[in-house]
Amino acid sequence: MKLNDAPLKDFRGSGEQVQAIQFDFRRSPDQDAKHPVSHPVVIVGAGPVGLTLAIDLAQRGQRVLVVDNDDKLSTGSRALCFAKRTLEIWDRLGVGDAMVDKGISWNVGKVFLRDEKVYDFNLLPEDGHERPAFVNLQQYYCEAYLVERALRLSNIEIRWKTACTGLVTRSDGALLTLDTPEGPYQIDAAWVVACDGARSSVRGHMGLESKGRLFRDRFLIADVKMKASFPTERWFWFDPPFHPNQSVLLHREPDDVWRIDFQLGWDANPEEEKKPENIIPRVQALLGKDVEFTLEWASVYSFSCLRMERFVHGRVVFAGDSAHGVSPFGARGANSGVQDADNLAWKLDWVLKGRTGVELLNTYGPEREYAADENILHSTRATDFITPKSEISRLFRDQVLALAREHEFARRIVNSGRLSVPATLFNSPLNTPDTDAFQCRMVPGAALTDAPVEANGKSGWLLRSIGQDFTLLVFGEVPAWAKNLNALAVVSVGVDLHDVQGLVAQRFDATPGTAYLVRPDQHICARWRKPTEAAVRAALGKAMCATSER
Amino acid sequence: MLNTRSNMTSHDDFYEALLSAHQGLSSAESHAMNARLVLLLCNHIGDLAVLEEAMRAARGNRPTTEVTPMA
Repeated sequence: MKLNDAPLKDFRGSGEQVQAIQFDFRRSPDQDAKHPVSHPVVIVGAGPVGLTLAIDLAQRGQRVLVVDNDDKLSTGSRALCFAKRTLEIWDRLGVGDAMVDKGISWNVGKVFLRDEKVYDFNLLPEDGHERPAFVNLQQYYCEAYLVERALRLSNIEIRWKTACTGLVTRSDGALLTLDTPEGPYQIDAAWVVACDGARSSVRGHMGLESKGRLFRDRFLIADVKMKASFPTERWFWFDPPFHPNQSVLLHREPDDVWRIDFQLGWDANPEEEKKPENIIPRVQALLGKDVEFTLEWASVYSFSCLRMERFVHGRVVFAGDSAHGVSPFGARGANSGVQDADNLAWKLDWVLKGRTGVELLNTYGPEREYAADENILHSTRATDFITPKSEISRLFRDQVLALAREHEFARRIVNSGRLSVPATLFNSPLNTPDTDAFQCRMVPGAALTDAPVEANGKSGWLLRSIGQDFTLLVFGEVPAWAKNLNALAVVSVGVDLHDVQGLVAQRFDATPGTAYLVRPDQHICARWRKPTEAAVRAALGKAMCATSER
Repeated sequence: MLNTRSNMTSHDDFYEALLSAHQGLSSAESHAMNARLVLLLCNHIGDLAVLEEAMRAARGNRPTTEVTPMA
């Protein structure tokens, strides 16, 4: 299917239809220009991270060029578990509903030792959130909905079959060489964002590395289609009878597809394990011999936890897998990449509009490097539990599991993956430290939590009520001075929004007069019991890296 | 802070109890039981600083990669 023939509705088609979409290479006028044509932002890579960033920038009014070396959406399910925070970011970008409508929502995980359940956990144990802890959605659907959204924004151009084969940086931009089916050409970019994955070509052209630890283990992913009676939960087995001495993970996907991860050990031969005749008996052993299924997609992988030393290199910025990599246990890959995009988009927009200096954009580096470290730490710890590195670590792992059946503390040590939650940017240079006492998790640096609200007689959600600019979230009457602040939207709980269930006040430990300053990426950067105009101006100036207060 | 001064009423009773808890176990079973014992006691103590001090004391002079050896 060519895009010319494909109306936008085909992006909402079946998995087969979506994966069959082939995007046209179209010759760009840039290719025939005498001199390299200039672009404000070039994003390399049209995966979930690059597309999220492109949509965010375009929604803010920026002109964005995305180049991708391929002409298809993701092959196979790949990234599967999209976290609450990612869905909330996509809600802001107008694609959350599509993802959740198609995806499989889940909150509960169960851990088994051999054939016995050791414990279960609920990742969202409280009500009053629009989005679940996770939806499972094949990456090709996720990309289809993002491309569909991007194509509706006239200031995004995606050039398919266009590979970045060279890059020369300057202090004020970069010259990119792009290779196409009709030969190479060059363009100029004021800013380049490399969202081109773990084997980033941009990183290679710049002679940079992503360094870390390789884990000596191999895993088989098998996506099988079947009518099964498993509940919509994440099931993880240590040492199950159907796959002794190894671990197995089972997840439900849309379209009656189930993702099964089999731990194979380092000595497994990836080429042999990929063969259907070797996969089918493994799956059959899990399901029982009478269950019928078909194999949809399979892959054998090993993984590393690694990151680049710095994510910002002058006018070239790295986001997603190009900047950092984690093991899949914890769903911290694509989710952290989308949060990178969320963090970068408003900063790049502000710098491009000249609203502040490049110092703001540079804070993307320490903020997301910190988040990457947190993800790598959790991911490494989970991997050390799932794949013990020595006899003694195996002994402790097994004895933790043995104690977990009876003793609550041991269940907390069991680690089958600590699932993705947004990083709280505790030490961000954009934060204003507290001067008042609060008893809640909404500290400066935290991503705003959701809660039910009512506006104009209709029920809705707090996060949907916060726009994409700086927002002062006020509890009660809005102080007169707040209306005169530039670059600041003001939302009042009590006037604009009604806290019908009392959950907003509870989650924000709010009393009348309490105010939170929220960044354009919906992270909190300051809070007060009784804010003054001067305090809010100072915090706003700090959060936008303004040299002088506005 | 880790208390390494005497903290028991009867050391001999404790030692006998520890040995008899292992009675009849194979070497592998004993190692597994010791691991469970460590886990249970560590949780009981709870304070990570104390536990780390105990781990350093137990490890003795052999430096770990994370810990700088004492001069």
